[in-house]
Amino acid sequence: MARAYTPLVVLAMVLFAVAPLAVAFAPPEQVMGLIQRIFYYHVPSAMMLFLSAFVCGIASAVFLFKRSARADRIAVSAGELAIVFGLIVMVTGPLWGRKFWGVWWQWDAKLTSAFLLWMIFVAYLLVRRYGGPGAEKLGAAMALFGMANVPFVYVAANYWRTLHPTTNVVMTLAPGMRGPFWLCVAAFLLLYGLLLTLRKRLEDQRAAVEQLYLALDE
Amino acid sequence: MKRRMTTTIVLMLLTAGSLFAASQPPPGTGGQGEFVPVSTLPSVEQLPAAPFLIGAYVVVWLALLVYVWSIWRRMKKIERDLADLRKRVQSR
Repeated sequence: MARAYTPLVVLAMVLFAVAPLAVAFAPPEQVMGLIQRIFYYHVPSAMMLFLSAFVCGIASAVFLFKRSARADRIAVSAGELAIVFGLIVMVTGPLWGRKFWGVWWQWDAKLTSAFLLWMIFVAYLLVRRYGGPGAEKLGAAMALFGMANVPFVYVAANYWRTLHPTTNVVMTLAPGMRGPFWLCVAAFLLLYGLLLTLRKRLEDQRAAVEQLYLALDE
Repeated sequence: MKRRMTTTIVLMLLTAGSLFAASQPPPGTGGQGEFVPVSTLPSVEQLPAAPFLIGAYVVVWLALLVYVWSIWRRMKKIERDLADLRKRVQSR
């Protein structure tokens, strides 16, 4: 992985450099016009939020059942990434909404559940950082709760009355929009993998520091 | 540590508060909870899309760059600690 890291960073940079051009050349949406182009970064960010919630939840489950320290370190890393990508979703969404809906925010099922999902991971990280002894287990349970919330957030727009577009939008994208969208998804996915690897390395080093402190105390 | 936690909680409350303050009734819900005379309705807003679009893209790039920088900074600090501790362990 270490040998492949630099070429992958270069590839991610190329993808992120090409993505705005691809988005600029995508056909404008009939009703929303220019503002619809937020979609190309907003939706991949939401996908990474969901992915992070799943990675954090699954790693937490492995930690709870197998007591794997490695799984716990992956969970913390993914939890932090969920907050970063969640923040992007929480800012780009209202910017889109203000122009198209006329309001920054609406407390409907989709937006509220997405905000709650983000808050769960903020709380998760606070518990992990300041929870003291036993915070790993409590945090793992919170991560599982956060992961369980993801399907609800995903389908919320399909079942409840909301201003947010349904999940059908991605599946029915016009051919000209499909390419730029999946290019952005690929760029975000690659960046996500790289950030998770980097963040996990930081956790590994933190664990090594703790081990050395213990060795010094003995 | 306490100060950092307080800052985080204040930021969370500010985010929630600003979202709450920003929420307005959706367009077209007049008649559900109250009757609004047409004469009192504000004129339709004509907002330019470009500032919102550019703002959104700037937020994405900025958030990612700040996050990468924060990882790099933490990494440097931990590497320094690690090297220092290794020296101390070896010198014992």
